[in-house]
Amino acid sequence: MIQAIAFYLFATIVVASAVMVVMARNPVHSVLWLILAFFNAAGLMVLLGAEFIAMLLVIVYVGAVAVLFLFVVMMLDIDFAAMRAGFNRNAPLGLAIAAVLLAELLLAVGVWNAGGIQLGTSDGSAAQAAGASNIEALGALLYGRYILLFEIAGIILLVAMIGAIVLTFQPPKPGARARQDVGNQIRRRPEEATVLKSPEVGQGIEL
Amino acid sequence: MIGIEHYLTVAAILFVLGVLGIFLNRKNVIVILMAVELILLAVNINLVAFSAFLNDLTGQVFAMLVLTVAAAEAAIGLAILVIYFRTHGSIAVDDINRMKG
Amino acid sequence: MHPILIIVFAPLVAALIAGLGNRMIGNIAAKSVTTGALFLSAGLSWPIFLGFLGGTETATVIPVLKWVESGTLTFDWALRVDTLTAIMLVVINSVSALVHLYSWGYMEEDPDQPRFFAYLSLFTFAMLMLVTADNLVQMFFGWEGVGLASYLLIGFWFKKPSAGAAAIKAFVVNRVGDLGFMLGIFGTYLVFQTTSIPEILAAAPAMSGSTITFVGMRLYTMDILCILLFIGAMGKSAQLGLHTWLPDAMEGPTPVSALIHAATMVTAGVFMLCRLSPMFETAPTALVIVTIVGAATCFFAATIGTTQWDIKRVIAYSTCSQLGYMFFAAGVGAYGAAMFHLFTHAFFKALLFLGAGSVIHAMHHEQDMRYYGGLRKHIPLTFYAMLAGTLAITGLGVYHLGAGFAGFWSKDAILEVAFARGSGAGQAAFWAGAGAALLTSFYSWRLMFLTFWGKPRWEQSEHIQHAVHDHHGHGDHAHAHGDHDHASADGTAGYHPHESPVSMLIPLGVLTLGAVAAGQVFAPAFLDSAAFWNGSIFYNEALIHAMHAVPYWVKYTALVVMILGFAGAYLSYIARPELPGKFVATFGTLHNFVYRKWYFDELYDALFVKPAFAFGRWFWQLGDVGTIDRFGPNGIAWAVERSATAAKSIQSGYVYTYALIMLLGLVGAITYVLL
Repeated sequence: MIQAIAFYLFATIVVASAVMVVMARNPVHSVLWLILAFFNAAGLMVLLGAEFIAMLLVIVYVGAVAVLFLFVVMMLDIDFAAMRAGFNRNAPLGLAIAAVLLAELLLAVGVWNAGGIQLGTSDGSAAQAAGASNIEALGALLYGRYILLFEIAGIILLVAMIGAIVLTFQPPKPGARARQDVGNQIRRRPEEATVLKSPEVGQGIEL
Repeated sequence: MIGIEHYLTVAAILFVLGVLGIFLNRKNVIVILMAVELILLAVNINLVAFSAFLNDLTGQVFAMLVLTVAAAEAAIGLAILVIYFRTHGSIAVDDINRMKG
Repeated sequence: MHPILIIVFAPLVAALIAGLGNRMIGNIAAKSVTTGALFLSAGLSWPIFLGFLGGTETATVIPVLKWVESGTLTFDWALRVDTLTAIMLVVINSVSALVHLYSWGYMEEDPDQPRFFAYLSLFTFAMLMLVTADNLVQMFFGWEGVGLASYLLIGFWFKKPSAGAAAIKAFVVNRVGDLGFMLGIFGTYLVFQTTSIPEILAAAPAMSGSTITFVGMRLYTMDILCILLFIGAMGKSAQLGLHTWLPDAMEGPTPVSALIHAATMVTAGVFMLCRLSPMFETAPTALVIVTIVGAATCFFAATIGTTQWDIKRVIAYSTCSQLGYMFFAAGVGAYGAAMFHLFTHAFFKALLFLGAGSVIHAMHHEQDMRYYGGLRKHIPLTFYAMLAGTLAITGLGVYHLGAGFAGFWSKDAILEVAFARGSGAGQAAFWAGAGAALLTSFYSWRLMFLTFWGKPRWEQSEHIQHAVHDHHGHGDHAHAHGDHDHASADGTAGYHPHESPVSMLIPLGVLTLGAVAAGQVFAPAFLDSAAFWNGSIFYNEALIHAMHAVPYWVKYTALVVMILGFAGAYLSYIARPELPGKFVATFGTLHNFVYRKWYFDELYDALFVKPAFAFGRWFWQLGDVGTIDRFGPNGIAWAVERSATAAKSIQSGYVYTYALIMLLGLVGAITYVLL
């Protein structure tokens, strides 16, 4: 019972958040709605018994990816007031096609449900060992059978990191404005940086 | 009760919403990237649902890998966006037609 | 190893060495190799000829290589040596050797000497192949070869546009004749199933009355074949109708004119006729046509020769006229007389051309006779040579004394035999020939008087002015000023023509000897001796007897007209120089008509050249550019461009468009799977 309520709650909020991601005017709002969607999706996954994946979703997606989005949105100084509203010329066609797509997906689900489509049987290798928690079982699988994929995933991340740096790195232009010299900053004494003045009321200061 | 078809339906709806988000938006490119994240999220839900109902952990492993790739892709996509913004000063979708034939 | 192989192939080898060696071996080497080879050939030819003369040599065929064996069509490369060939061998090789030697001096300052000598030797080789041919195809090979060499040599100074145009004109007009020749060869093969000349000549009489269908008409076989072959001869020998190339061929260097357009190539037509004489004897209509064309050419060319100012053109028209003599001699059946005239003509015409070259060389490349005059004191040797040549061509000689220059023997023989033939065509030819002889004498002496007698008229000539001023440029100035003073007084402009170098004088000397004596020495053999000919040409005993039996007035006609012509020339150019001017003024239209070469060039230009160019242009614009290019390469390119532009519009550049299309594809795929 609880499960059903939880499911419908999570599902509704996920769908609503997704809609708002696209429709929100302020891009910062879009990111926030996205974060909400992620949280609720994590909740769905907890319901399914995959708590490790759920937490992973929260930590990685929300904690890293969404925050990254936020950084970029705020850094890019988007003048959203100047953005155009209005309908995309392709919208009717797109909506129609999206509707068709949705219909087909649901049709597939329904047919499967009615026994018309056979899903493949699992090969049982990843059956949850009785008593082991989700994490333990996943760990055994990941570092055992799928170790190669794991390593490759690591390399993908490495490449992405290098890529992002390579793409955005700008070597300092010669003669550019002075960069921070931390050593200098630390060495500063209050005596050389500040001076105490007591002006009269209404009087200004000459520095 | 809550069967797999419920989860699959939710995933399908999310997927379609993500796709719509790509070409319904006229605001800026970041929304496109976010829509892509939505698509990947839908796929993840799908995978985990199947994994749970078939008692096969492979689905969850796959979902982890999808997660990894999604993160990497978001990073690179945003890096490209940043550079584009540096050179062009705007990320309005209508202005980004450099690939026009 | 029969000497004929060396005779024929030595010039080829020399031509290859000089032609391919070119600048690598240098001028002297190229010239020496080619001249040496030619003198070798000439040296080997005379014994053969004298052998035939003395009766010690007999006709032989030396096979060289198998050429074609295709079903019933077989022919080989083979060299035939009989009387006719021997005559041509001495003519060709002697004149060619002398021309080679002459060119040492004449072409001395030319930068392209190896090429010139290579072409000369190549020409000689082709001509030798022509005359030693045992079958029609080999003869055609030589025919085309000399046409090619003629093109190369006329256009030798290819940077001059007029030379290039003249070379093309020569080749194209020859081509028209060659078409007739080719059709003749094809027809001959069709009728006789062989291209071998002896076999054809043996089988010819049998075909005498038969008929064949040609262009839808039923015609006598032998007549049509011989007419077609004669068309080839017309082209090569510049007979009336296909003669337009010969005057323009004077654009080539003078040695070329002497060799090709006097002694050898143009005589190929006569040679061919005589070689195939048994065939022609079975085609009376064809012979009548030959006679008429020959007589017409003879007269026509002589009229034009009286009006021309360029010294080489006069001699060119003279050649054309003399060829006409040879043809109508063959037409009336006296092939021996035709060959005899060919033989003597080679000597005195080459002499005249080389002499003219000597004059041109002395006058610093001035060719217009209006700027000559009084040269006999300055270049005496050349003068004597040309005097001998002129006496030879006009045919000075007295019948009853039995003595005369070369032309006397041969030309008179022709006139007599034309009369003796008795046919209508023969009579017409006799009178045409007599008239032409009068004109020949007139213009030959006109040339001599204008060039060598009278007061110098060199001042107006640009070439002379160049010569004088260039000399002064690097001469001494005091001397120059002195000359200037009496320059305007005597019309010389201070220029001193000097005699040609030895290399040019030796050939003149040798040819003078030939022009004077050849007729006297060889007449009996050529004209009267069936044994000499020995079946190599058709020999009409009865006709020759009739020739000797003509009335005296016929025999003296030639002498009389020669004196008349001489008198006319003397009157017009020495005694009363104002006469020509008055004549031109009175008979203005006639003079213009003749001076403009009877408007043949203009006629052909309007009839053939302009329409051909118009056709070509029409096909080019409409056909090539308009249709093929428009639908082909250009059309396809245009279509590709348009479709690419259309396809381009799909690439909007917007990501959402691409996403939409991806979605479409996805939906399509899923639908396909579901259904």
